[in-house]
Amino acid sequence: MLDIVGLTASIGDKAILNGIDLSVPAGEIHAIMGPNGSGKSTLGYVLAGREDYTVTGGSVRFENQDMLAMTPEARAAAGLFLAFQAPIELPGVNNANFMRTALNAIRRAHGESELDAVQFLKLARAEMKRLSMDAEMLRRNVNVGFSGGEKKRNEVLQMAILRPRFAVLDETDSGLDIDALKIVADGVNSLRGPGFSALVITHHQRLLDHLVPNRVHVLAGGRILRSGGPELAKELEKNGYGAMLAEAA
Amino acid sequence: MNAISVPEGAAGFLARFAAMQGRLPGDSTLRAAAAEAFRALGLPGASRGRRVEAWKYTTLQPLGGMSFRSAEPAGKIAIPDSPARIVFAGGRYREDLSTAVPGFACFADQPDFGELSWPDRDPMVALNTMLAEDGAILTVPAGIDAGIVHLIHAGIDGTSAHPRHMIRLGGGARLTLIETSAGSGRYLHNPVSEIHVADGAVLTHVRIQTDGTEAFHLATIYAAVAAGGTYDGFTLNIGGRTTRTEIHATLNGPGAIAHLNGAQLLTGSQHADFTSVVRHAGPKGTSRQTIKNVLAGHSRGVFQGRIEVARGAQGTDGYQMNRALLLSPDAEIDTKPELEIFADDVKCSHGATVGELDAEQLFYLRSRGIPDNEARSILVRAFLAEALDPVTNDIARGLLEDAVALWWEGQAG
Ligand SMILES: Nc1ncnc2c1ncn2[C@@H]1O[C@H](COP(=O)(O)OP(=O)(O)OP(=O)(O)O)[C@@H](O)[C@H]1O
Ligand SMILES: [Mg+2]
Repeated sequence: MLDIVGLTASIGDKAILNGIDLSVPAGEIHAIMGPNGSGKSTLGYVLAGREDYTVTGGSVRFENQDMLAMTPEARAAAGLFLAFQAPIELPGVNNANFMRTALNAIRRAHGESELDAVQFLKLARAEMKRLSMDAEMLRRNVNVGFSGGEKKRNEVLQMAILRPRFAVLDETDSGLDIDALKIVADGVNSLRGPGFSALVITHHQRLLDHLVPNRVHVLAGGRILRSGGPELAKELEKNGYGAMLAEAA
Repeated sequence: MNAISVPEGAAGFLARFAAMQGRLPGDSTLRAAAAEAFRALGLPGASRGRRVEAWKYTTLQPLGGMSFRSAEPAGKIAIPDSPARIVFAGGRYREDLSTAVPGFACFADQPDFGELSWPDRDPMVALNTMLAEDGAILTVPAGIDAGIVHLIHAGIDGTSAHPRHMIRLGGGARLTLIETSAGSGRYLHNPVSEIHVADGAVLTHVRIQTDGTEAFHLATIYAAVAAGGTYDGFTLNIGGRTTRTEIHATLNGPGAIAHLNGAQLLTGSQHADFTSVVRHAGPKGTSRQTIKNVLAGHSRGVFQGRIEVARGAQGTDGYQMNRALLLSPDAEIDTKPELEIFADDVKCSHGATVGELDAEQLFYLRSRGIPDNEARSILVRAFLAEALDPVTNDIARGLLEDAVALWWEGQAG
C-alpha cells in the first residue's frame, strides 16, 4: 500500500532523514520506535506533505500514486491521515465545523455528496460514543484549552470520522490514561481490515499490547536501523536502544 | 485674518459656513470660535510642511481638493427595518423614516453642544461644531432600560454631513445603541458624539461602518463614565476610502469601565485609523481595548492608543492590544501605543502582533483534506470571529457577523 524507497529529507541545511526504506502492505500495522530526535515525526510530516521539509531524494508511492508530487489536501483525499504528536490549536474554529469541512472536502474529492450539519452531527456523536468522548467537545474550538489527552482523543476522533486508508499515528498514546489508551487502540483496531494500514509511532510497549503490529522498525539517525516482529518491541523495552546503537556504529 | 492664510482645503467649508451661519441652530459664538479654530488648524495633512502628532499616519489632503454641499431635506434611501430607529440622511433627521423613540429629540430643535469636546484642538471637531445642522439627542432617565436603539446614517453622494449627537444615561440606566453608517458615492460623514454614562449605568455602543468606497468617515466620540458605570464600545470599520474613529473616554468615578474594541477589514487602497485616548481620572477604573485588523490589497490600518492615568487613579487596570493579519505583502499596519502614568498602584499593558496566516495551522487544516484556499478562508474568518467576541448582544452580534460575512465574500469572489 505504502512504499518508501531511499527517502532523504532536510530542514534548512540540516539532513534529518538519511535514506528510509519501508513498505507497509495493505492490511498491516507497523510500529516505529526510536530515540528522541531520530526523525520519526519528520517522517510523518514528510508523508503528509509539510512544506518546510525539503525532500532531497527517494520516492514515496501510495497505491501506485507518486505521493511526493501531491499537495497535503490531495494526500488526505487519497486516504492518508496523520495524527499529530502535538495537535494544533485553532482559536475561533469550531471543532464540529472543522471536522465537517474536512469530511466534506474529502467526499467532494471522491465525487460523493456532502453531509449537512444534522447528518454530520449524527455521525460524529456515534463515533464519539464509541470512543467514550463527551459530545461537548464538538462545540469547543479545535484543541483550544483541551488537555493533552483530550487533544490526542480528538485526533483519533478525526481519524474515525475521515476513515483514512492509511494512518500515521505519531505518539498518539503519549499522555493518555490507561483507559484512553485502550480506546485509541480500539479505534485503530475497528478500522483494521484489508483496505487499511497504519504506521504507529510510539515509545511504549503498552499500546502495542492492544494493537499487535505486524512489524516493528527502529528508526535512529534518520535511518531504519532494524526491523522485526512484535518481539522486537519487547526486546527494546527490556534493553533500551544503547546496545543496538552501539552494535550499528 | 486675511484670505491668504486660509489653509489648503479649508476654504470650501469656511465659505459654506459663511453662507449658512445665520440659519444654523444653537450657540453662534461657539460656532464662530470653532470656525476660527478650523481656519487656524486646517485639514490634517492638507498643508505642506504642517504635521500634527495626533494625525501622524492619516492625511486628509484628498478631502481638501473636493467640494461638498449640504444634503437636500428629503430623497429616497434604503433603510434597514428595525423597531426603534433614528434615521439620518446626509446629516439631517428623517422623521418619515424613523420610529418614535422615547427620550429622543433632534439637535435642530434642541441644540446641545455639550461640554466634553475640544473644537479648539481637534480639527474635525471644529469642522463639525461649525457646520452641524442636526443630530440625535437621546436621553435615558435613571433606572430605565431602554433596550436597543438603532441610529442609522445614510451618506448621500456629493454632500458632507456633520451630525452632532448627545447620549445621556442617568444613574443605573441601560441602553444598547447600534449605530450604522452606509451609503454610496463620494461623501463626507463627520459625526461628533458626546456620551455621558452616570453612576452604575451601562451603554453598549456598537458601531458598524460600511460606507461606500469613495466616502470619508471621520468620527469623534467623547465618553465620560461615572462611578461603577460602563461604556462598552465596539466599532467595525469596513467601508470608506479614508476613515478615522477617534474615541476619548474618561473614567471619572471609582470602578468605571470602558471597552473600546474594534475590527477593521480593509482592501484596495483603503485607509482606516483607529485612535483612542483613555483617561483614568478616578480610582479602580478598568479599560480594555482589542483592535483586530485584516488588511488586504494596498490597504493601511492605523491604531494609536493612549492611556493616561491621573495621580489619583490608584488601582487602575488598563489593557490594550492591536492585532493585524496581513493578507497581502502590500498591506501595512501602523501602531502607536502611549502610556502616561502618574499613579503608582497601576496595572497597564499593551501589545501588538502583526502577521500572516500561521503556517502550522494552515498545514493542519490541509492535512485533513481541506483545500488551501478554503483553509485560508477558515483561518481569516476565525480571526474575525474572535474579533467579534467582545460583543455579546445577539442582535448587534448578528449584524456584525452579516457585515463581516459579506466583506469576506467580496474578498473571495
Ligand atoms: N523546524 C526544525 N528546525 C530545526 N530542526 C528541526 C526542525 N524540526 C525538526 N528538527 C530536528 O530534526 C530532528 C528530528 O526531529 P523529529 O521531531 O522528527 O524527532 P522524533 O524522532 O519525532 O523525536 P521524539 O521522539 O522526541 O518525538 C531533531 O533533531 C529535531 O531537533
Ligand atoms: Mg516526534
